[in-house]
Amino acid sequence: MTTRPAREAPPPAGGQAGEAGGGGQAGQEADGRRQAGDKSAAGNKHRPAGLRAAWLAGGFVAVAVALVAGIAFGPVTLPPGGVAAELLNLIPGVRLHSGLTEREVAIVTALRLPRVVLGLLVGAMLALAGAAYQGVFRNPLADPHLLGVAAGAGLGVTAVIAARSGTGDVTADLPFGVPVAAFVGAVGAVVLTWLLGAAGGRARTPATLILSGVAVSAFLAAAQTFVMQRHTESLREVYAWLLGRLATAGWHDVLIVLPYAAVTGIIVLAHRRELDVLTVGDEEAQALGLHPQRSRYLLVIAASLGTAAAVSVSGLIGFVGIIVPHTLRLLAGPSYRSILPLSVLFGGAFLALTDLVARTVASPAEIPIGVVTAFFGAPFFAVVLRRIKG
Amino acid sequence: MITVRGLRVRLGGVDVVDGVDLDVADGAWVTIIGPNGAGKSTVLRAVGGLVPYAGTIALGGVPLEALSRRDRARTVATVPQHPVVPPAMLVYDYVLLGRTPYIRALGRESASDLAVVGEVLAALDLEAFAERRLDTLSGGERQRAFLARALAQGARTLLLDEPTSALDIGHQQEVLELVDRLRGERGLTVLATMHDLSTAGEYADRLVLLAGGRVVAHGTAREVLTEDLLAEHYRVRVKVIDGEQGPLVVPVRR
Repeated sequence: MTTRPAREAPPPAGGQAGEAGGGGQAGQEADGRRQAGDKSAAGNKHRPAGLRAAWLAGGFVAVAVALVAGIAFGPVTLPPGGVAAELLNLIPGVRLHSGLTEREVAIVTALRLPRVVLGLLVGAMLALAGAAYQGVFRNPLADPHLLGVAAGAGLGVTAVIAARSGTGDVTADLPFGVPVAAFVGAVGAVVLTWLLGAAGGRARTPATLILSGVAVSAFLAAAQTFVMQRHTESLREVYAWLLGRLATAGWHDVLIVLPYAAVTGIIVLAHRRELDVLTVGDEEAQALGLHPQRSRYLLVIAASLGTAAAVSVSGLIGFVGIIVPHTLRLLAGPSYRSILPLSVLFGGAFLALTDLVARTVASPAEIPIGVVTAFFGAPFFAVVLRRIKG
Repeated sequence: MITVRGLRVRLGGVDVVDGVDLDVADGAWVTIIGPNGAGKSTVLRAVGGLVPYAGTIALGGVPLEALSRRDRARTVATVPQHPVVPPAMLVYDYVLLGRTPYIRALGRESASDLAVVGEVLAALDLEAFAERRLDTLSGGERQRAFLARALAQGARTLLLDEPTSALDIGHQQEVLELVDRLRGERGLTVLATMHDLSTAGEYADRLVLLAGGRVVAHGTAREVLTEDLLAEHYRVRVKVIDGEQGPLVVPVRR
């Protein structure tokens, strides 16, 4: 069998040019090892690119800091040590004395923890989806909203808010709320982009997908603007949503996002090595034994679904999906085996911390979180860009 | 061993390859020559399993379509004419990509994968470049890294599409000598395409002259590199001189 894996083949006696048919690969390897194998094996100091333990630990530290800080600070400031102890108490079997009153414990677990966890989830989803899109489309400017997610969600939300204000009762009970409208709009837009990407029997390539995403986004944004202009009384509410916010009613939103986040996370992270191979393009990836189109489709669907779920509870938070993966790429290396898992951790921590800023600096008012992510993220990214050369 | 019978490839509604028969014996080096648009690269892509085709292609007696993608990648390795250079990737990681067909979907590279990469880097004199970024290497160094990735696939059949088109004549010779040495040491079967006719004839055991998607001549360099054949299919006036290693083709102004 010419297909026998070389690594499993024992070194034959004379793997030479004349050897016919099978076992040729084993022959080459044995030859090579005899010539230079010992030397390179002994001095093999190279490590393949991938996730470094220090970076992984740093990611977990960032998440822990974001959790504790996000819970400790607010209208009532709690001692961070007590908050950390109370968080550890959530682990079954752990019983620490936190020194917090019963009321403070309630603030931690019922009020602030859900919001911080939602921030972690949304940030993780946006950063992971952004990184996946950048890999799939081999385009550093790809962001999670590339295929129309933002425009679709925007139209859905605007339509619902306008319909509600049209009834003259802002609290009017509609069959579904803003999150559902955003999710349906986002998924609908991606499906439209997907179908348009192969219209006329053309092959669905990254380029046609991006272009049809542009067309779908432009069309839906026009429709949204039209609806807004017809219902100016709803402008304020629509803008508040467009700019993003993590205002939440307990654990409800977290439970909405969680299943999508889990599925998206598993699918995208499982492809981390394949995304590295895809950096050499479809044809070469195919020559290396992969099925690039299939992986690409799966990744686009997973990332779009995760983004739609995140957008449905948080509004349009820009910036996270581009800046977090790029910062990690510059600092921790270009391998998706490191970018993807670190995007989950640092993306989550980044958004939870920016949410903390958004709700505390102008307290009791809240600044839209999308404003904060850009306000702090852009200068930070500029510093990273300046420090890293080449 | 590569066996091609009645190969047809249709791209964009045109029969780019139109009934090609081709044989490459085990351990042999066959180079396809022919004018631009003759279908040289397409034949290579078909043998590499990268374009849909009609007809039969067999590698070592096994039909190409009977191989899974991974098995195919362990059997035949391609160095394209212009390989994509991924930004910021280190040479070591680039060569390790060649082990992709041996790494399970959710798995990671094994010690033997790393051993193969180390061995290939040593064989191609690339050890000093292992930690360098591929996009900072010169043309000749890059070509060696491209070859290294293909060799890391552990495939017996090597397909080279214009392996020297981006190199000066010194590096052209270096790369071709390297391929010839590796062919001898590792028992590789080589199918290449080339534009430089004299060089093509010097390194290949046999030449195949392709024109309009069909084989119009094949045989040794002396049989294929004749003034008449080249004049007919390249529409060029050439002088063929007897060289040490075979015929030398010199274009002459009309």
